[in-house]
Amino acid sequence: MSDLGFFVSIIPTLLSGLPLTLQLAGTSLGLGFVLALALALAQHGNHRAAVWPIRTFVVVFRGTPLLVQIFLIYYGLGQFRPSLQAVGLWWLIREPYWCAILALTLNTAAYGSEILRGAIRGVPRGLVEAASASGMSRLLTLRLVVLPLAFRQAIPSYGNEIILMVKGTSLASIITLMEVTGIAQGLISQTYRAVEVFVAAGAIYLTLNFTIIRALNALELWLTPYRARP
Amino acid sequence: MVDVMHVLGFGEGGWGAALSVAAGVTLTLSLLGFLLGALFGALAAAGRLSPSRISAWLAGAYGTVFRGVPDLLTIYLLYYGGSVALTAVGRIFGGAGFVGLPAFATGVIAIAVISGAYQAEVYRGAYLAVDRGQFDACKALGLTRFQSLRLVIVPQLMRHALPGLGNVWQLVLKDSALISVIGLIELMRQTQIGAGSTREPFVFYIAAATLYFLIAGATGLVFRLGEARAWRGVAFA
Repeated sequence: MSDLGFFVSIIPTLLSGLPLTLQLAGTSLGLGFVLALALALAQHGNHRAAVWPIRTFVVVFRGTPLLVQIFLIYYGLGQFRPSLQAVGLWWLIREPYWCAILALTLNTAAYGSEILRGAIRGVPRGLVEAASASGMSRLLTLRLVVLPLAFRQAIPSYGNEIILMVKGTSLASIITLMEVTGIAQGLISQTYRAVEVFVAAGAIYLTLNFTIIRALNALELWLTPYRARP
Repeated sequence: MVDVMHVLGFGEGGWGAALSVAAGVTLTLSLLGFLLGALFGALAAAGRLSPSRISAWLAGAYGTVFRGVPDLLTIYLLYYGGSVALTAVGRIFGGAGFVGLPAFATGVIAIAVISGAYQAEVYRGAYLAVDRGQFDACKALGLTRFQSLRLVIVPQLMRHALPGLGNVWQLVLKDSALISVIGLIELMRQTQIGAGSTREPFVFYIAAATLYFLIAGATGLVFRLGEARAWRGVAFA
């Protein structure tokens, strides 16, 4: 059955895909968070002209498979090469790497904006009133009162979204990017030792996800010391 | 510019019929996977709630692994791993060649394994949400363990489970698109084929997105109706 030698030999190969997995996840989560925050704040004002397009974007990206989104961007937009070249965006659609980043970013922004919207709405109104009573401007209230509380509130839900995104980067392998899952698939189809490769690649993802969960728990505890269990 | 109505229509050279059939495959695949996953999920929930340390640990490990590892990896495991196992069994009976696993069955099992890990958490939470007094009442009435589960606990548990199950169902529907990587001609794969042969990927992927969106919306409505039915007769504050 499974010998240790084979196990040890595939781990470095699989780990060579880890930087790409981390890059895809990190970049799209970072950009996605900025976009999500912008979308959540834009809906905060309840302006119809802002809310309607954003709601549509969110519903569409949450209601369709990530794989369809990736293919729509990579293959679908590739069809418009002349127009994209004319506006100087062809480099973005030509590279599978940037297509994956774009799809993952838009996807996580749609989910993230809902999380942040809920968290911002969860900030007690009295705190905002107190801030304005003490003469703080709207921007200052947002920066010093609303956002810090909302971010803290959002950590558990956003943590789930981060894990989903780490798992989501595996789809990039379908458009030729050799991250951990792509390499694993290659190894499986070469060696036909699916169980061993799955265990090794799975261990990499589980370690990564555990680390993220532990880090977020620590962050939450640091931000809410009074909630710590005695 | 291509004639969209013609390409996606039901007439000669139109892909409407093929896409509709493929959408049906997606729906069937998701439904069977979800139902088999309900069985896995219920077993895992029972395991986690059981006083036996071993079953609690096993059920916990099942949930952690399949919720923490990319679904694509699980699909590859079952597809290639299943084929290797089947080939080995074939050798015992004197077969020489490689035996491939049918893609549809693999897809159903993959979706069941993945969604079962999520459904377990939903059932566990819902079980814990049922009022403890109900269990005592069952005992007082002299119901057997199976009777009390079937007649009293499960109907009430479903009230709490349905919203969570609705979320898992949406996840399943979107996950079913990944089954296209093992060659099953469901909606995603049929879309790729159509996009390739007409060289109109944009139209086809937009059509696929629309179909997924419609299926998700319509089935989401079913869950909402089910929830209303499960809570009938209960007064809200």
